Amino acid sequence: MTELHVVPGDLLPPQPTGRRHLLSIADLTRDDVERLLATSRSFALSQERDNKKLPTLRGRLVVNMFFESSTRTSSSFELAAKRLSADTLSFKASGSSVDKGESLKDTALTLSAYEPDVIVIRHPQIGAPQLVARATDAHVVNAGDGKHQHPTQALLDLYSIHSTLGRLEGVHVAIVGDVLHSRVARSLVQALRLVGASVTLVGPPPLLPAELAATSYEIDSIAAADVVYVLRMQRERMDEGANYVPSLREYSARWCVTPERLRPGQKVMHPGPMNRGVEIDPRVADSDASLVVDQVRAGLIVRMAVLYDLLTTGPVLVETAMEVA
Amino acid sequence: MILVGPRGTDDLVIRRARLRKTTVDVRIDKGVIAAIGERLDANGHRVIEADGLLVAPAFVDPHVHLRTPGREDEETLASGTAAAAAGGYCAILAMPNTDPVVDSTDVLRGLRARAAEEAAIPVGFTAAITVGQAGAQLTEMGALADAGAAAFTDDGRPVSSAGLMRRALEYNAITGRRLALHCEEPSLTRGGHMHMGSVSAELGLGGWPSLGESLGVARELSLARDTAQPLHLMHLSARESVEHLRAAQAAGVDASAEATPHHLCLTDEAVRSLDPNLKMNPPLRTSDDRAALVEALNDGTIAAVATDHAPHSREEKDVPFEAAPFGVTGLETAFAALHTHLVEPGLVSLETLLERMSAGPARIFGLEPPRIAVGAAANLVLLDPAASWRVREDRFRSRSSNSWLVGKRLRGKVVLTVAAGRVAYEA
Repeated sequence: MTELHVVPGDLLPPQPTGRRHLLSIADLTRDDVERLLATSRSFALSQERDNKKLPTLRGRLVVNMFFESSTRTSSSFELAAKRLSADTLSFKASGSSVDKGESLKDTALTLSAYEPDVIVIRHPQIGAPQLVARATDAHVVNAGDGKHQHPTQALLDLYSIHSTLGRLEGVHVAIVGDVLHSRVARSLVQALRLVGASVTLVGPPPLLPAELAATSYEIDSIAAADVVYVLRMQRERMDEGANYVPSLREYSARWCVTPERLRPGQKVMHPGPMNRGVEIDPRVADSDASLVVDQVRAGLIVRMAVLYDLLTTGPVLVETAMEVA
Repeated sequence: MILVGPRGTDDLVIRRARLRKTTVDVRIDKGVIAAIGERLDANGHRVIEADGLLVAPAFVDPHVHLRTPGREDEETLASGTAAAAAGGYCAILAMPNTDPVVDSTDVLRGLRARAAEEAAIPVGFTAAITVGQAGAQLTEMGALADAGAAAFTDDGRPVSSAGLMRRALEYNAITGRRLALHCEEPSLTRGGHMHMGSVSAELGLGGWPSLGESLGVARELSLARDTAQPLHLMHLSARESVEHLRAAQAAGVDASAEATPHHLCLTDEAVRSLDPNLKMNPPLRTSDDRAALVEALNDGTIAAVATDHAPHSREEKDVPFEAAPFGVTGLETAFAALHTHLVEPGLVSLETLLERMSAGPARIFGLEPPRIAVGAAANLVLLDPAASWRVREDRFRSRSSNSWLVGKRLRGKVVLTVAAGRVAYEA
């Protein structure tokens, strides 16, 4: 196992980076993405040790504001901050003053009084992270805003694909399901395009925005993909009576990802939570082809990298340490 | 009388103003233009040195939300008309979607009485087409017209029943006023926050498609043709709507239309910022739609600029884009925005812009078109087309500042407004 040393320079107060926020993949360049993935890979090594904690962000405060339910994202942001020795303050909308009618802006200003270095926000409404970015001095990380963006999910997906296939350039990803209501898909399509991968959207016509990427209504078209990325039917974001699909039964008959519809060697991803039997067959979810657990693991280190990237400059801690070693 | 406003007139001499290609003095006696010529005798009047500034007919805005009664925290008759005066307007028409709705002569008379006391410039009040703008029962349009209703509109809540709209057009023949229609097919626009297209697909915002407007436009124009009645189409935004209108006009339908400064200046690309001050209904559309609006403004298919000035309180707009209400203010920046974004780049001539902001809308609504002519009531502006200024939130006379132009630099400034013979604004 790689021995990790902390070099003294890394404990100096980090300099302002000029990188203010992570609101959308659309704000990133390919260099930004590659830098974040490289940083993530360095942190992956640190997570193989018995003592997984790094002192890098000691004394920093990361506030997590979650206005929508979340398992993976909120827990991994909290753990990522802790692994970097930052203080964390996790705020959930229910049980707070939001129940008493406090506006998002006032909630953000209230939490700003603690002078957080980073505010991580998840919110059901598009534009909420931008509002917090306008209203506070903190670096803001979008942990999902409505149907718009979920940039750290896209980064962790790139990380997972790269660590499994060893490359991103030229990889073909089929995204299957409810793309229209998916911030994960919007972020991922942009991220894949940035790194030279190609995308096909597969699913029912009303749920595939043709403006985003190539589309196919036939599930057979996933055969051409290296990775099949399965999305959940987001019934909570659909207007009543909108009739995007006639029924879930018809949906799964046509578009459920089953072992029979996959060919050997294909990898399957899902951002969770899964509806087994609707968009993904349980046999696929539990098979060796599934990268779902890898995605969750990648979520931690990629979020460590994002926090690190916003708050520090210069060489990545672990790489530096390894050179010293 | 449709317009009500402040009493009293001023005596004034404006020295050395540019009028078309000449430099002239304009003398105003008791609110009427008494003489236009060189080196006019001041007659003891107050003298304003224009020093080469442009003198032009003052502006008329047929589409303003004064939020009174009901939301005086957002705008009052006094603040809204002061904002209009600062924008160079000598007359505005207020929308009836207030609380209560202007659907009875009591509410209308009350507003007109208050305007006579509070308004900085003449204002006309439109009344609703249906009671409570609920789309079920026609208002007493005859009595409302007699009480001074400037026009009839359910702005913001389109009449969804084609049968009722047909009835409104037929019955309105007795009033001599125009029906002004907000065209929207709600089953296509539900959940829509911006134009449906490539930008909405990327941002994940619910789409409000062009068809949501143009289908309504086509319906209303068909009804107007069938009933042989006039109508006015409000705040057109889509190319398809313009095409329907042009075809109907060619077929002899008496249909007029307006476009807003924001639809004439911006496209849906601007929404990428997710700034709630770029959220309007109808939404900003593509550059192709914008080009169609500019073309229609140039050839007169769209004969009026209307601001759709829609004040919202800060707490209503300081929320995520998706949660924000539709609407932006516009009275104080309309000329400068259009001068900067249409005239300076050569898309529209200054002459055409001035006509579409003044005589164009006045004629549509049966108001006396402002003129710079001896014997005409003094409704004029002094403009400095070269002046560069920055739009500042703390300078608005409107009680609201939900403008897409805050912080932006514009070229072209209103320096003086004379409305109905009174100096209403001086920079």
